[in-house]
Amino acid sequence: MRSEASWPLKIAAGAGLLFLHLPLLLIIVYAFTTEERSFQFPPPGLTLHWFSVAWFDRPDIWPPLWLSIKVAAIATFFALIFGTLASAALARATFFGKDQLSLLFILPIALPGIITGIALRSAFDIMNLPFSTWTIILGHATFCIVVVYNNTLARFRRMQGNMVEASMDLGANSFQTFRYVILPQIASALLAGGMLAFALSFDEVIVTTFTAGQQETLPIWMYGELIRPRQRPVTNVVAIIVIAVTMIPIICAYYLTREDKD
Amino acid sequence: MLNTLSNLFYRRPAILTLLLLGPPLAWIGIVYIGSLLALLLQSFYHLDDFSGTVIHEFTLATYAQLLDPANLTTILRTVAMAATVTVFSAIIAYPIAYFAARYARGRTKALFYLAVMMPLWSSYLVKVYAWKLILAKEGIISWVANTLHLGWLLDLLLSTPVIGGSSLSFSYMGTFLVFLYIWLPYMILPIQAALERVPKEYVEAAADLGASQQRTFRDIILPLSFPGVVAGSIFTFSLTLGDYIVPQIVGNSRPMIGQTVYTLQGTAGDIPLAAAFTVVPMVIMAFYLLGARKLGAFDAL
Repeated sequence: MRSEASWPLKIAAGAGLLFLHLPLLLIIVYAFTTEERSFQFPPPGLTLHWFSVAWFDRPDIWPPLWLSIKVAAIATFFALIFGTLASAALARATFFGKDQLSLLFILPIALPGIITGIALRSAFDIMNLPFSTWTIILGHATFCIVVVYNNTLARFRRMQGNMVEASMDLGANSFQTFRYVILPQIASALLAGGMLAFALSFDEVIVTTFTAGQQETLPIWMYGELIRPRQRPVTNVVAIIVIAVTMIPIICAYYLTREDKD
Repeated sequence: MLNTLSNLFYRRPAILTLLLLGPPLAWIGIVYIGSLLALLLQSFYHLDDFSGTVIHEFTLATYAQLLDPANLTTILRTVAMAATVTVFSAIIAYPIAYFAARYARGRTKALFYLAVMMPLWSSYLVKVYAWKLILAKEGIISWVANTLHLGWLLDLLLSTPVIGGSSLSFSYMGTFLVFLYIWLPYMILPIQAALERVPKEYVEAAADLGASQQRTFRDIILPLSFPGVVAGSIFTFSLTLGDYIVPQIVGNSRPMIGQTVYTLQGTAGDIPLAAAFTVVPMVIMAFYLLGARKLGAFDAL
C-alpha cells in the first residue's frame, strides 16, 4: 500500500471538501454587503450596518429566537432522559426482538421528516390537541432521543462491566452504583448527546412547520424570509448566529466522544 | 427499601431492563408509532368534493387518486430526482471518503472528520439559503461564468429542455445541486466506514500477487466498500424523496412529492390524499431497504 495519495485523488477529495464549505463562507460574506435587494456578487461594498439593524431595529427576530431556545432546551431534557434509559436497557440485555426495538428508536431520523411531521399533525387533529409550544416539543424530543441514544449507547458498550460488579460487591446498591460509578463514566457522552440534540432541535424546520401552528421558531422565521425577503443581509446575520449556535456544540461533542469512535 | 429494590434488580435483570425500557418505549410507541398509524388510517378515508369534509369510512378511493396522471408524474419526477442525486453524490463522496479512510492519519484525519461533520450538522435552512445566494441570476456562478467568458455555456445549459429554466435558481439543475450539497455528508460517512473495514491484508495480498493498483481497486476495494455506498444511498434517496423545502425555494413550479403533501394537508385540506401520498415514499423506502439489506448495507451503517 502506498503511503502517498495520487494527485487525481487529492484533487478530487480537495474539490469535494471545497464544495462542502464554500457555500457556508458565502453566507458570511453576504452579511456584510451593502446591497440590500439582490444577491449581487461581488458585493458592491462592505458594511457592519446589518448587525446593528438585526440587533436594534428588528424586534421580529427576538421572539422566534427565544422560542427556539426554549423548545430546544426542553426537548433536549426529555431526550436525555429517554435516550439514556433506552441505551442503558439495550446496551447489555439480550432478548428476542432487540434488533427491531433498536430500529424503532432510529426510525424518526431514518424516515423523511415530512412523514413524521404530517403524522404528528394528523394525530393532534384526531385528538383535538391545539398547537402550543408543547406540540413542537413533542415532535422535537422524538427525533432528539435518537441522538442521545446513539451517543450513550457507544459509551455503554465501551464501559467495563466489572466496574459495576465491583461496586455491587463492595456493598453499593443499584442507585449508588449508578450515581458514583456509571454516571461519571457516561457524563461526557451525555453532554455530547445533549449538545447535538440541542443543535438538531434548534434548527429543525421540516417537522416544526407541521407542529407549530401559528407559532414562529427561528428556522420558521428564516423560512419566511427566504420566501418573502425583506432586508436580505439581516437574514444572513441571523444565519451566522444559527451557524454559531449549531457549530460550537458539534465541535465540543466531537472532542467529548473522540474515544468512542474507535 | 432501596436495597430491596436493588437486590431485586440484581437477581432479575429482566425487571430492570423492562423498567428502563418502559418510558422511552412508551414515548416512541405512543407519540411516534401512534401518529404514523393515525396517518395510515387517514389515508383510507376520503375527502368529499362537494362539502369539502373528510368522510370517515373505509375506502381505497384515495389511493386510486394517486394513479391520476398528474400525481403519477409527480411521483416519477421525485423518484428520478432522488436517483440522480444519489448517483452523483456517490461519485463525489467516494474520493473524499477514500482519501480520509486510507491516506489521512492523525490530525489530518480528525480534520477530515470535522470537515464532513460540520456541514452535515449545520443548519439545513442556512445551507439552502446559501445556494439561493449562489444560484441567483446576479450571484457568484454567473459572475464566475462571465469573468471567465463562459456566460454562453451557462446560457446553453439553461436553455436545455427539462433541466434548464429562466435562471439556475428556477431550474431542476438548481434543485439537483442543492440536494447534492445538502445530503453529500450522509454519503461520505458510511463509505468511509466501509473503506476502513477493508482488511489491509487483502490489499497487500493483491499487490503481492502482482495486481496493479487499478486492478486491486476494481477487484478488492470497490466491491468490499460497495455496501457503504448502498448504506449512504439510503439516506440520500430517502431524504430527497421526502423533502419539500428545497424544491420550494430553488426550483421550478412543478412540484415534488413533499410539496404536494404540504399543499394537500395545508391549503387544500385534503388530509386523506396527503396521507396516501406519504405512504408512497414509505413503500418505496421499504423496498429500497430490503434491497439494501441483500447487498449488506446494514452491516456498513
